[in-house]
Amino acid sequence: MAIEKHHTPMIDQLESGPWPSFITGIKRMRDEHPDGRINEVVNDLLGQLEHSYETRKGYWKGGTVSVYGYGGGIIPRFSEVAKAFPKSKEFHTIRVQPPAGNHYTTGMLRQLADSWEKFGSGLVTFHGQTGNIMFIGTDTQRTQDFFDDINDYGWDLGGAGPCVRTAMSCVGAARCEMSCVNEQKAHRLLVNNFTDDVHRPALPYKFKFKVSGCGNDCQNAIERADFAVIGTWRDDMKVDQEEFKKYVAEKGRQHVMDNIITRCPTQALALNDDDSLKVNNRDCVRCMHCLNVVPKALHPGDDKGVTICIGGKRTLKIGDLMGTVVVPFKKLETEEDWESLVEMAEEIIEFWAENALEHERCGEMIERIGLVNFLEGIGIEPDANMVNEPRQSSYVRMDGWDEAAEAYFARKAEA
Amino acid sequence: MMAKEMREPIETGCPDAFQYMHPVMRKNYGMWKFHEHPRPGVLRHVAYSGDEIWTVRAGTQRILDLYTLRKLCDIGDQFADGFVHFTIRSNIEYMVADGSKVDGLIKAIEDAGFIVGGTKNSVTMISHTQGWLHCDIPGTDASGVVKSMMDELIDEFRECNMPNRVHITTSCCQINCGGQGDIAINVQHTKPPKINHDLVGNICERPSVVARCPVAAIRPAMVNGKPSLEVDEKKCICCGACFPPCPPMQINDAEHTKLAIWVGGNHSNARGKPTFQKLVAAGIPNNPPRWPEATALVKRILKAYKEGARDWERVGEWVERIGWSRFFEEVELPFTKYHIDNWRGARKSFNASNHIRF
Ligand code: HEM
Ligand code: SF4
Ligand code: SF4
Ligand code: SF4
Ligand code: SF4
Repeated sequence: MAIEKHHTPMIDQLESGPWPSFITGIKRMRDEHPDGRINEVVNDLLGQLEHSYETRKGYWKGGTVSVYGYGGGIIPRFSEVAKAFPKSKEFHTIRVQPPAGNHYTTGMLRQLADSWEKFGSGLVTFHGQTGNIMFIGTDTQRTQDFFDDINDYGWDLGGAGPCVRTAMSCVGAARCEMSCVNEQKAHRLLVNNFTDDVHRPALPYKFKFKVSGCGNDCQNAIERADFAVIGTWRDDMKVDQEEFKKYVAEKGRQHVMDNIITRCPTQALALNDDDSLKVNNRDCVRCMHCLNVVPKALHPGDDKGVTICIGGKRTLKIGDLMGTVVVPFKKLETEEDWESLVEMAEEIIEFWAENALEHERCGEMIERIGLVNFLEGIGIEPDANMVNEPRQSSYVRMDGWDEAAEAYFARKAEA
Repeated sequence: MMAKEMREPIETGCPDAFQYMHPVMRKNYGMWKFHEHPRPGVLRHVAYSGDEIWTVRAGTQRILDLYTLRKLCDIGDQFADGFVHFTIRSNIEYMVADGSKVDGLIKAIEDAGFIVGGTKNSVTMISHTQGWLHCDIPGTDASGVVKSMMDELIDEFRECNMPNRVHITTSCCQINCGGQGDIAINVQHTKPPKINHDLVGNICERPSVVARCPVAAIRPAMVNGKPSLEVDEKKCICCGACFPPCPPMQINDAEHTKLAIWVGGNHSNARGKPTFQKLVAAGIPNNPPRWPEATALVKRILKAYKEGARDWERVGEWVERIGWSRFFEEVELPFTKYHIDNWRGARKSFNASNHIRF
């Protein structure tokens, strides 16, 4: 049966130009797919989108939809213009957790595609900025059907609402020579420990884990994660001097001075007379710059671990916050190390759940109560690496000074 | 019809990736030695074992339909042993262990209409959000803005001509899900919400809406004998935060919802510490279906960056070196009172020195 296609002169213009067009793709679902249900849903979706383009407004509203046994994971969407576009009246998105590091076999992708063909609109995104595979567009009943289908072969929903959200990790150890941590292990251990908190939103607000294997932070952990795990090392960086000399010979000394030596933020580098590289490792802050320029010659050291930064988030409500260093260095080698990482996350989430206001991210809570109270709450001692500089304001009570100083020296002696 | 029997979900959480990982990557996990960039869009990683893996990266339309997804799978089956990987910016990557397969793979990707590139010093795919296609609060359409811009930036995606990598992001409301970027194009509301007082009492949990406002501009009020909310319009900063929990406080407006451009966001630690993006231009028309004004401005900024920056300088580092006053001259944008921060910690952004460039 032929459907009556909406007239879409505005979004049609997005079919011109060399970049692949999402409109062309969506139209194929309307025009060529054998299932009439999909044709109709997509036709009305396109109609509503054209209406948005004409009027410069969005017409979706939220609601509550979930699958049996869960409280979150679905982004419910109900059309406000369903009279004109009835077939896409309900058009929910299903957030599905991707494998750590976003690796797939085509077989798996095809199996997911087949399920989505049965129950959804046929539109999908790899991935949303929170990290989920986003299956875009189905109604309430089919949401359950689709979930049951993919859950049977191993896929689970991600988080939506005030809960632990889907985590993200970089490709790291799977393909990157800069990796200082088993990103996938960190990712899965952390987020899967909180599966209940992913599926049953009961926290003050969202909580995100992200894992990057080095300071290049390809996953944008420091800016966008409440709990950022970033790989680093603490012994000497490895230098393959023969490779380095080859690079100097190829590019010239001027280039090396301009692009490597003088770009080191802590002036930890010098070029020796024989064109080898001198590294003052005590001054290196593992910023990754020189390693990025000559990845063939320079590598992270052997004593690898992670820095943990807490409290990154975007503007609402008090302004953008970067994660703050709460653990400057943590080894992740033995099973006890890994367990203690998970315990720390539990401690932090528990403290935040008890002390945050409604709708307050962890970073905002830290800002409100002060970093010191937060550290005391989670049982972590202060460290000079947590600040850019010590306090400037003289308005502070310091009657506990002597004990604090003693405790510091006691810790030092123990370490 | 029989009611479907419900079963408890199997709470598997995040799946183990090793089962889906290319065997050469699985074998050399954590044992990679170095990488090279043989040509734009292609990476060659070499492991300590001597194994190598070649990656070909391609840009897509991000919102994939089943035909496109299956086409991507066909290419993976034909050339890459059925393994793929996605980047954080929604590029797809195919990995092959044998370098001689790369040319054929590139040809297949391009013949199928996808774009090879996005590596090293390119302008890689714009990370973006949902927009009119799916979010409940968008002031614009992220997918459409991105498609229009990528049409014009396609050569910058295909080549690696920038001083360093460029990450562009778009966001369709001020919540800015899209993320920080070297260049970020975000919606900026310019008028306080229009309140439909008839609906507020029924739909909105008033105390939580009041609590949401970052400048305490919302008060409970009785309007026409019904419980509603009112906004002190002088205080309101038009952030839109009240709209998600209270849709009758309509913030989107066909005319007054504008776009703004921010530069210098960078999450990498390389050289400097990570930075947030800063406002450079606003009042840009939200002009579907192709948003030409926003794209023209982005291109202007990219051109000035490309001409002015040194190798390895990200957009924000370049601006910091030449100074913001020169940046505004170079890109021929006005500097106004709106560029001066008045939010928490604003004083940190004021110049307390006579470091001035003439
Ligand atoms: C009802 C309100 C909201 C809805 C419907 C919503 C929806 C979304 C969606 C759909 C995404 C994924 C976007 C994509 O990749 O396509 C997302 C991500 C995100 N949202 Fe929201 N959002 C809401 C409220 C907020 C608020 C209030 C904030 C911040 C205070 C926020 C911050 C973010 C951030 C930072 C991301 C990106 C996550 C990341 O990079 O990890 N959202 N949101
Ligand atoms: S964050 Fe570091 S380890 Fe991870 S992919 Fe990026 S460069 Fe590699
Ligand atoms: S990693 Fe960064 S800080 Fe360390 S030596 Fe290299 S450039 Fe300097
Ligand atoms: S930026 Fe705003 S409008 Fe766009 S997807 Fe995020 S919450 Fe929705
Ligand atoms: S738009 Fe923002 S500032 Fe204005 S009333 Fe709403 S929450 Fe408050």
